[in-house]
Order: sequence, then structure tokens, then C-alpha cells
Amino acid sequence: MEWETVIGLEVHAQLKTKSKIFSGAPTAYGAAPNTQANVVDAALPGVLPVLNGEAVRMAARLGLAIGATVHKRSVFARKNYFYPDLPKGYQISQYEHPIVEHGRLAITTASGEKIIGITRAHLEEDAGKSLHEDMGGFTGIDLNRAGTPLLEIVSEPDMRSAAEAVAYLKTLHTLVRYLEICDGNMQEGSFRCDANVSVRPLGETRLGTRAELKNINSFRFVERAIEYEVRRQIALLSSGGQVRQETRLYDSARDETRSMRSKEEANDYRYFPDPDLPTLLLTDAFLAEVKDAMPELPDAKRRRFCEQYGLSVYDAGVLTASREMAQYYEDAVKAADVEPKLVANWVTGELAARLNEEGLDIACAKVTAQGLAGLVRRVADGTVSGKMAKDVFEAMWAGEGDADAIIGARGLRQISDDSAIEEVVRQVIAANPKQLAQYRAGEEKVFTFFVGQTMKASRGKANPAKVNEILKRLLAP
Amino acid sequence: MVACNGSTLHRIPLLNAEEIEKVAHLARLGLNREEREAYALDLSRILDLVSQMNAVATDGVEPMTHPDEAGLRLRPDGVSGEIDRDRLLAIAPKTRDGLYLVPKVIE
Repeated sequence: MEWETVIGLEVHAQLKTKSKIFSGAPTAYGAAPNTQANVVDAALPGVLPVLNGEAVRMAARLGLAIGATVHKRSVFARKNYFYPDLPKGYQISQYEHPIVEHGRLAITTASGEKIIGITRAHLEEDAGKSLHEDMGGFTGIDLNRAGTPLLEIVSEPDMRSAAEAVAYLKTLHTLVRYLEICDGNMQEGSFRCDANVSVRPLGETRLGTRAELKNINSFRFVERAIEYEVRRQIALLSSGGQVRQETRLYDSARDETRSMRSKEEANDYRYFPDPDLPTLLLTDAFLAEVKDAMPELPDAKRRRFCEQYGLSVYDAGVLTASREMAQYYEDAVKAADVEPKLVANWVTGELAARLNEEGLDIACAKVTAQGLAGLVRRVADGTVSGKMAKDVFEAMWAGEGDADAIIGARGLRQISDDSAIEEVVRQVIAANPKQLAQYRAGEEKVFTFFVGQTMKASRGKANPAKVNEILKRLLAP
Repeated sequence: MVACNGSTLHRIPLLNAEEIEKVAHLARLGLNREEREAYALDLSRILDLVSQMNAVATDGVEPMTHPDEAGLRLRPDGVSGEIDRDRLLAIAPKTRDGLYLVPKVIE
């Protein structure tokens, strides 16, 4: 039987605010335990939550970016469950009336563009952390993360493969960073993903029973966790079994998912509107302000790069993968004042390779946009050959100075002067009479020997196009 | 059964022992037999009272979550207030290295 995979994703994006969603405690990652949890986060009796306006603004920004409805009226609700890292005994979230609903995100798949529906996005607070290791038979609780603002972004079950799920996640990941609402750091848990996975016979319209996969903290693991889960469900159904609706944990070390039995009976959260938080009302003025502050979005930027700079869709995609990369490119193009495609080649080529090699972010590039522009300009005006320019780039990366300084200091200036090149070519021909005879006898491949000898004699500095031209002329019988 | 305002009430059946057990478990309450019976009666009466509202026609009425529609006041995003970790930790029965310790929770 042929099976169809159905995937919906829930992403928890940690919002990049300075303070918590309902308290003035700081949100910085990695502080000593419980030094960033105040009386509100620790849920002391009598404390009251006060909503962080910036978290609301960030949620609205995402809503506008995905073409969703940003509701002028939304309600905070209590989600009740008991766990030691949730000191109130409930999580403040949004339930029946989320701030954002009905959005969409275009992703690029192997078979072209696909639109993924986004059901909703709602604001909520994060819980603290439980530490189970080396606690002498106890569990340690760190409440630093408690109260950190989260935006939970829930997709429609629109994805049909692990690859599509990863494409959606990457697109959303790029978007939240463009919008500057989330730093996207998956290792630190700023961008977390749960996947709802089910399978059904191809052609069936009803959804199969799904399993919810938790604890997936990288794009690679999302792909592997879903692929494992799909295989498990198909094997189960093919042998006459049934999929149980449950939460499963992905274990990356074993590359498998396994049931979290303890959570099964607890799924009765008894949501109700939080009496401590009146209805969240947004004005037209507030929404207009958010709209005015919207940066150019990745899709629009990619299209503009294609049109304005004459780039391929691929190049434009690489250059707009992050806002910083796009800014770097545009700064370099502006400073270089040469063919934009040439600048693109250097940014996606040498620069990207170096960054990748050293695991650096574009913000930490050791050659600035202006520096690179200076080098590309020297390639464009023929001062250095493309090959030599790579050496110059390496030297710039190593901090030896700007392009002109390095070209001057190393004597790398390309020789384009006809008489100088002709002088070298004559010497090379005179020194190799045997090869000259072969060439004149019709062995045309000897030509490359002369090119090589000329380049060698000029220590790589002769302009290759001119060398070709002059050799052809002087070798002719 | 007829209520004092003249509307007809449908007597809802008493909550059974199992339902009371479930609600008590979700609230992490330990109830003995007498308490279970007492709560069954009390909660059933409350549900009975609430069910009177079913008699009111509410089609097209937006459910109200808060009586005050003045809206939520927003706070500017900034770090404020003091955090006295030692004072907070001092309240806890058991702590270690700045962490609160609780009975082991196994996932």
C-alpha cells in the first residue's frame, strides 16, 4: 500500500525582549540559577502579572509578516498542570482568543513553491528548567527561564514529507530573525519545534492518528525524527496494529522516538480566562505603528535582488538567507560600483567558504563589505587577475591590510602593458625552439605550454587574456 | 423542577464517584469517602445553578471574559525591580547551589 505522510508543526519562538513577559526580571541566557527570577516568576502569593508591550508588538509583527489576522481583542488564559518548574500551577497562555490567526508561509520545495497555512500564533510564558542529574535523588529547579516570552506558532497539517517540514522550519527561522523578534538559537532553546506526525493510505482524506514528537532541537533532528516516526507508524499499520495518540520523545543518540507514558493522563488542562489579565485590546494606531516599522521581508528582498542586481534566484536566495548577509552584499555593491554579479560571486564564493570553514557568522567576517569592494574593484579594472585576487583575499582575511596595500606590497599588480608582455613572450619562444617547431607543425596543444611558461616567467602577473592574444600573434609562422 | 423565576430546570444527575475522583486528582486533592460524597453534592448543586443560564437565549452574544473592557495596560520592555535570590531560596524547604530541590521527578 502507498502511504501519505501528514505533518503539522508547533514552533515555540522565544521573543527577544529584555525583560520577561509578565515581570521586570531579565531574560539573558546562561545566568547563575535563579538569579533572573523575581517574586512574580517564583509565583509568590499576591503578585500580579503586567504584560510586556514589546512582546505584543513582536507577536503583531509576525502576524503581519505572514498575512494573518492580528486580532484587536485577545484573551490570556490559564493552562493548568502541576510540574515543579511551573510554580503557579498554571501557565499563562492564550487559548480561545489568540492574538494571531490564519496566516500563511510560502516555502520552496523540490517541486516548486508551496503555501503552508499557519493556524495561529499565541503569546505565552515559558516554564523554568528541571535538572535531574547529580541532585542526590532530588530534582533541581532553576526558574531563570520561567516567564520568558514565547510565541507559539502552529501550522496547519499541510506538510507531506520530512523535507517539507524542514523547509517550513528554515523559512520560519529566517523570518523570525528578519523580524528581529527571536534570535533563532536552537542550541539554547530559543527556537523549539514539536512535530505532529501521522500517516494515511494515499487517497484517504481523513487524518490518521497522530503522534506528537517533542524535544527536537536542530533541523537535522527534525528530519530524522519525522522519518523514523513515519517508518514506525507504517510498520505498525501494515502489520495490523494501530497508532496511539501520544507524545513521543526523540532520542538523537539512538535516532528513535519513544513514548512518554507519564504525560498520557494529564492532558486535561482546564483552560479558563485569567482573571488577573483583562482583555488585550489593540488599537488601529498600534497596528499601524507595527506595520510602519516592518523591515523588508525575505521574499520581497529576494525578488528585489533578482531584479535590481540581475542575480539568479539561487544567488539571491543565498544572499538573503539572513538580513546581515543581505546588508553586507548591498554595502559591498554600493562601495564597489562594479557589476553586482561580480560582487555576488565573491560573497557567495570566497567569503561564504571562509565563514563556513571557520564557523563564523557574517557579522564576524574578517573582511568588511568595504574591504571586499576594494578588492572586487581591482579585479574588475584588471589590476589583478581573479586567481591572484584569491591570494589577496586570503591576506586581507589574515589582517594584512586592504586590497591596494597588499597588491602593492606583494607586487601583484597584473601586467597588462602590451610591450612588457611581448618582451616576456619573445624570451619564452626563444628559449623553447623545439616546442615552437611542434606548434608550427600543427600541434596546437603546445599552445598551453607557452601560456604556462609565459605566466611562470611573469610570476603569474601577466594578464592572461593579453598573453593569449600576443602568443597567437608571435607563434604564427 | 421549577425555579423561583418560573423557568424549568433540568435536574442534572449527581456527579458520580469517578468524576469526583478525576477532578480531585487533577487538582491534586486527596479526598476521603465522606468528602467525596459531600463534594459530589456541592458540585452538582453548583452545576445545577449554572445550568439555569442555559435557559437564556445567547445566540449572537459575544462571551464576556472580563467585566472591565478597558483593556490590558502594557508595560514598557525594561528590566526593573530587585531580585533577592537568597531571600527567595530561604523560603524553600530544600536548596542546593542556588537551585530549589524538589522530590525527584522522572520523565
